[in-house]
Amino acid sequence: MESRRTRIALGVWVAIVLAFLYLPIALICLYAFNRSNVQSWPIPGLTTKWFGPAIHNGEMQQALWLSLKAAVVATVIALVLGTLASFGVHRFRFFGRDAISFLLVLPIALPGIITGMALNSYFTYWKVNFSLLTIVIGHATFCVVVVYNNVIARLRRVPGSLTEASMDLGADGWQTFRYVTFPTISTALISGGLLAFALSFDEVIVTTFTAGAQNTLPIWIFGQIRLGQQLPQVNVVVFLILAVTIIPVAVAQRMTRESGILRTE
Amino acid sequence: MTKRMWALIAMLAVAAAFPAAGASRQSGGTLKMVAWEGYLEPLWVKPFEQQSGCTIQAKYAGSSDEMVTLMRSGGGNQYDMVSASGDASLRLIYGKDVQPVDVSKIPNFKQLNPAFRSPPNNTVGGKHYGVSLQWGPNILLYNTTKVKPAPTSWSSIYSPKYKGKITVPDNPIQIADAALYLMKTKASLGIKDPYELNSTQFNAAIALLKQQKPLIKRYWPSGGQEVNDFKNGNVWLGAAWPYQLSLLRAAKAPVKDVIPREGATGWLDTWMVSAHTKNLDCAYKWLNYISSAKAQAQQATNYGETPVNAKACPIMNKLSPGSCAVYHANAPLAYFKQIHFWKTPIADCGNGKKDCMDYTKWQQAWTQLKG
Amino acid sequence: MAAGLDPAQGLGGSAAGGRRRIGGALWRRPWLKGLSLLAPPIVFFVGVYIAAVVALFVYAFWTVDPFTSLTVHTWTGENFRELWHGATYHDVALRTILIAAAVTLTDAIIAFPFAYYMARLATPRMRAVLFVLVLLPLWASYLARVYAWQLILNQDGLLNWLTAKLGLPPANLIYTNTAMWLVFSYIWLPFMILPVYAGLERIPHSYIEASRDLGAKGSRTLRSVILPLALPGVVAGSIFTFSLTLGDYITPSLVGGPSSQFIGNVVYDSVNGAGNLPFGAAFAVVPVLIMGVYLVIARRLGAFDAL
Repeated sequence: MESRRTRIALGVWVAIVLAFLYLPIALICLYAFNRSNVQSWPIPGLTTKWFGPAIHNGEMQQALWLSLKAAVVATVIALVLGTLASFGVHRFRFFGRDAISFLLVLPIALPGIITGMALNSYFTYWKVNFSLLTIVIGHATFCVVVVYNNVIARLRRVPGSLTEASMDLGADGWQTFRYVTFPTISTALISGGLLAFALSFDEVIVTTFTAGAQNTLPIWIFGQIRLGQQLPQVNVVVFLILAVTIIPVAVAQRMTRESGILRTE
Repeated sequence: MTKRMWALIAMLAVAAAFPAAGASRQSGGTLKMVAWEGYLEPLWVKPFEQQSGCTIQAKYAGSSDEMVTLMRSGGGNQYDMVSASGDASLRLIYGKDVQPVDVSKIPNFKQLNPAFRSPPNNTVGGKHYGVSLQWGPNILLYNTTKVKPAPTSWSSIYSPKYKGKITVPDNPIQIADAALYLMKTKASLGIKDPYELNSTQFNAAIALLKQQKPLIKRYWPSGGQEVNDFKNGNVWLGAAWPYQLSLLRAAKAPVKDVIPREGATGWLDTWMVSAHTKNLDCAYKWLNYISSAKAQAQQATNYGETPVNAKACPIMNKLSPGSCAVYHANAPLAYFKQIHFWKTPIADCGNGKKDCMDYTKWQQAWTQLKG
Repeated sequence: MAAGLDPAQGLGGSAAGGRRRIGGALWRRPWLKGLSLLAPPIVFFVGVYIAAVVALFVYAFWTVDPFTSLTVHTWTGENFRELWHGATYHDVALRTILIAAAVTLTDAIIAFPFAYYMARLATPRMRAVLFVLVLLPLWASYLARVYAWQLILNQDGLLNWLTAKLGLPPANLIYTNTAMWLVFSYIWLPFMILPVYAGLERIPHSYIEASRDLGAKGSRTLRSVILPLALPGVVAGSIFTFSLTLGDYITPSLVGGPSSQFIGNVVYDSVNGAGNLPFGAAFAVVPVLIMGVYLVIARRLGAFDAL
C-alpha cells in the first residue's frame, strides 16, 4: 500500500484542487446576491432582489427553454448514433474500422469555430434556415463521440458469450438486445448521455454560428456580459441551475457505479 | 428497463412537439432583427408587439462588423432589420443589403431633429436608407481620483503618463480617432476628414496607434466590459460611450467624461430594412414606433444615449430627471458639428481622388496592430 | 407438437416470427447487419460534418472582392501566401500553440495526483462524491466561470486583496497571457481529470502487487508500471485540453491583453468582422493540421481506447 505520508499528501492535494475548482463557482453564487449590478471586490452588500427579475426574465426563459430542447434532442441523437456506431465497430471487423473512431472524435478534437463556420456555410448553401434544427445538428456532431466512447468501453468489458447464450436459449436478435445487451450498456448510456447533455447545454461557439434569431442560454449569458447591466441575473441563473443539477448528476452517478458482475479483473 | 425506454420516448416526443409549437401566435408577421445589446428591451418592445400584432425576434451582435456579416448571411434572407451604426450603414447600402425607405409613410419622421433626418451615413443620393435611431459621442472617460489634473486633450491617452492604465475600443474604426488627433495636432498631414485617409495619412495614424499600444491595458470588446475595467481599477482613462458613463455613475464609481478640445468621433445608429425582407408592413410599423418621442426617451434613458426625436426631452426628464441635459439631447447645432460621426471608409476620397484606404485595409491594419 | 415448444416459433407469435426472419437473415449476412448499424452514423458524419468541413476548406483557396464583398471563385493561393508572409499570423499561431501546450501540461500535472487518489485511494463512496464534484463545474456556464476569474484577477480584485493582506506586491495578472493560461487550465481541468481517472482505474491491482512482489519501491512502481499504463488516459485528456485551448476565442477576449490574440480570434474577426470567410478558412487550416498530427500521435499512444 502507499505510505501514510503519500496518502496524506495526496489527500491535501485533492482538497486544494477542489478549492481551486470551486472558488470561481462560489464567487458566482455569492455575487447572485450582489447589491450592485456591477461586479467588484469586495461585495458591496447582499440582497435577494435579483432573484425575482431573473426568474421572470422573458428572454432568459426563452433561452433556457431553447437550450433544454436542443440538449435533449442532441442527446437523443447522440445516444442513437453513438450506440449504433459502437455496436457496428465492436461486433464487426472490417477495413477502416479505426477510421470510424477517428471520424467521430473529429468534431470534438477540431476547434469549435471550424465546426461552426463549416456548418454555417453548409446550411447557407443548402438554403436551410437557422433554427432549432441547425443548432441540434451542430451539437450532435460533438455529442456522439461521448456516448460512443462510453458504450464501446462497456461493450469491450461485456463477454460476448452472454449474447450467444441468449440466442442459444431461443431469443431472437431484438429480444437479446432488449433483455441482455441493453441492461449491460444502460449505465454507459446514462453517463454518456449526461455528459453529452452537459456539453450541449453549455456550448457557445458552434451555436453562435448555427443559431438564427434565437438565443440559447449561453448566448443569452454572453449577451449579458457584453451589456454589463444585469449581471447578477446571470449569476442567479447559474446558481439555480447548479442547485437543480446536483440531484440528477448525483443520482446518475449512483446508478452508474459498476456492479460486480461486469468487472473483468 | 422498460420504464427507462418509455422515459426516453416521452422525452423525444416532448422535444419533437415543441419546435412545432411556438410558431406564430400573433396575427402580424415576425421581425427578425439584428441589434445592439440593450436596443430591444421588453420595456418598449412589448407595447409595440401588443399594438401592432407583429412579433420581434432579436439577434444581438457586439460590433458593426458582425451586423454586416449577419445581414449578408444566408443570401441576405435571414434577418429583416438591423440597427446599424455609421461604420456599417454605408457598407450595407453599397452592398445592396438594405432597401430605401419611404419616409412619407413614417409620420413620426417629422419629429426628428433636422440634423438627423438625412445624415450622410444613411442618406445617399437623396434616398433614405433607414431612419436615424440614437447617437452618442465617443467621450474621454477618466477616473477622477487617479487622473489629475482633469484631462482636456486626447493627448492624455497617447502619452506615457498613465502607461498601462489606458483603454480604447477594439474596433478598426478607432483608427479614425487617431486620425482626428493628428488632424488637429499635425496639420502638415492635411487630414480633412478622419475617415478619408490616403496612404500617408493612414500610415501616420497607424504609427500613432503603434506608439500607443504599450500604454494600453486592454482594447475593450464591449461596453459592459469597459464598465468592469473602470470599476475595478484595471484602467483609469480611455475612450468610452455615454453608456459606460451612466452605468459607472450608477455604481458610484468616481468617473467623469469630457469631449476634449480636439473634438471627438461619434456614432449614429440607424434602423435599416433588409432588401430581402418579407415583412415590410411590420418594418414600417417599427420604424414609426421607435421614432416616437416616448420610445426614443425610453431607449435613451435606459441605455444611456441621445435620441434623435426633438420632442423626447420632456419625457426623458420625467423618466430620469436631468437626463436630457446629460445626454445633450437638446444641444445646439454647434455641439453636433464638433462630432465626426462614424462612416465607412471607402476608396473614393470625395475630392475626385480614389486613393483613400477602404475599410478592408482598416480591418487588416487593426489585426496587425493587435498582433 | 405442443404450442410454444416449437423452437422455430419462439415466444412472441407471428410478429416475433417476422422479427426472427429479419434477425435470421441479418445473422447469416453479418455485413448487412454491420452496414445497417453503421449507416446512420456514417451518413450523418460524412454527409453533414465532413462535407461541411471539406467545403469550408475549399473556401480557403478563394478570395473576397473588397468592393462587393462577394466571394470570387477563382483558385488561388493568395490567402496562404498572406499567412506565410505575415509576421503577425506567425506570432498569433505560436502564441496559441505555446499556451495550449502549457495548459495541457499544467492540467496533466494537477489532474494526475487527483485522479490517482480518486482511482486508488478513495473509498467507493468518496470516489462517487469526487466524481460528482469534478463533473458539476461543467454545469456552471463556461462564460460565467471565466467572468468570475475577472473578479479574482482584477486590479482591485480578490487576488490583489489577498496579496495586500499578506503584505505582498499586487499581481498584475489581468489581461495578460499568464491570466489566459491560468483561466484555461482552470476551465478544462475536469476534462483532464476524468479520462486520467478512467485510465488509472483500469489498471488491475494485480499489476501493482506483482511490481511490489518483484521488489520495486513506490516511486519505481509509479515510474515503470503506473505511468506507462496511465499514459493513454493522460493523452486522451490532453486531446481535450489542447484542442479546446487551440480553438478558443472567448477567453482571450475576456482575460487576454492587447497582444493576446489567438488563432480563433483572428479567424472569428476575419469571418464575422471582415466578412472574409476564405481568409478565415485558410488560417483555420493551421489548427486542423496541428490537431491532425496530434490525433495520429495520440492514437499510437492508445488514447483512443481511453477517451
